[in-house]
Amino acid sequence: MEIDPLIFRLSIFILSIFVGYYVVWSVTPSLHTPLMSVTNAISSVIIVGAIIAGLSGNSDTIFNTSSIFGFLAIALAAINIFGGFLVTQRMLAMYKKKKKDK
Amino acid sequence: MLSANLSAIFYLVSGVLFILALRGLSSPETSRQGNFFGILGMVIAIIVTFLSTGNFSYGFIIVLLFILVGGSIGAFIAYKIPMTAMPELVAGFHSLVGLAAVFVAISAFLNPEAFNLGLPGNIKLGSLIEMSIGAAVGAITFSGSVIAFLKLQGIMSGSPITFKGQHPLNAIILISIIILIYLLCSTQSSNLFWILLAVSFLIGFLLIIPIGGADMPVVISMLNSYSGWAAAGIGFTLENTALIITGALVGSSGAILSYIMCKGMNRSFFNVILGGIWCFR
Repeated sequence: MEIDPLIFRLSIFILSIFVGYYVVWSVTPSLHTPLMSVTNAISSVIIVGAIIAGLSGNSDTIFNTSSIFGFLAIALAAINIFGGFLVTQRMLAMYKKKKKDK
Repeated sequence: MLSANLSAIFYLVSGVLFILALRGLSSPETSRQGNFFGILGMVIAIIVTFLSTGNFSYGFIIVLLFILVGGSIGAFIAYKIPMTAMPELVAGFHSLVGLAAVFVAISAFLNPEAFNLGLPGNIKLGSLIEMSIGAAVGAITFSGSVIAFLKLQGIMSGSPITFKGQHPLNAIILISIIILIYLLCSTQSSNLFWILLAVSFLIGFLLIIPIGGADMPVVISMLNSYSGWAAAGIGFTLENTALIITGALVGSSGAILSYIMCKGMNRSFFNVILGGIWCFR
């Protein structure tokens, strides 16, 4: 009997939960905020869904209600991607500087 | 146009890069490298999505335009913001992810044909369940993060706002969300979809107002976790492994991080998923 593809997706989902669970346990307390910020930046991978939604219209109707929501979602996620990663970089640069000063 | 198999493999690569990013951020020596892995993973995910849609006409340019506009706003904020305002910035950014997830869910609900999910008013049951969970969690993330942002920014009072019957009210609303999802799936009514969104916005608001300003970092991390679950829900709807892997990663690591911080502040254990209700009583 064929296995439903949903089962594969569910397996990926569950295994990823465990990876996420184990990967952050040993985080240094001073890195809590940068880690939070990078996790936030990564969660804007929702842009993948937004791009699919934005390009869901056919060539005659680029702008229908559905694709407009997609485009708006793209802009929101893009703010988050650029802002999130850049801010993390700034925080980490500061961290490095502090360490040198000591 | 990239085949579905090849794009799935590239999505796997970006998923692995995201894992390395989280791992890298756990220790000072590897943290910058971790951030770089994160950026690389995101770039791969976006390019692969473009290639797999195979749409390089007018729509492609519009997508690029929106990325550019959003990206420059994001970059501008990132450079201008004072370092002391980090927590509220992260909270503000979360609200955007939550709202984006809601928008994607709305888009899929309005035009399910384009996503291979069935016809409007007759969406496949599994997809509709996943979609409504994604939309509800996204909406909670959005309104919760907005409140967190307002509290940290001092626009709203940072002291906890409590009233009599708060917990029963929250419980009733949470149960009504489950009932609404059930009804939505059995009737496919679009009105119920909008009501579900409105109620989810409301509960996000109610869950965060009783929490004081000092406890906000824990809450922000918890909202981060929610935004991951929302992305995973949308990922199941769109059958997209990048969203499923990353959503699950962010969901669980955010929950653990908020647990670690909660413990660091000597708070009790039960806030991890439903925060606010038990942890800060």
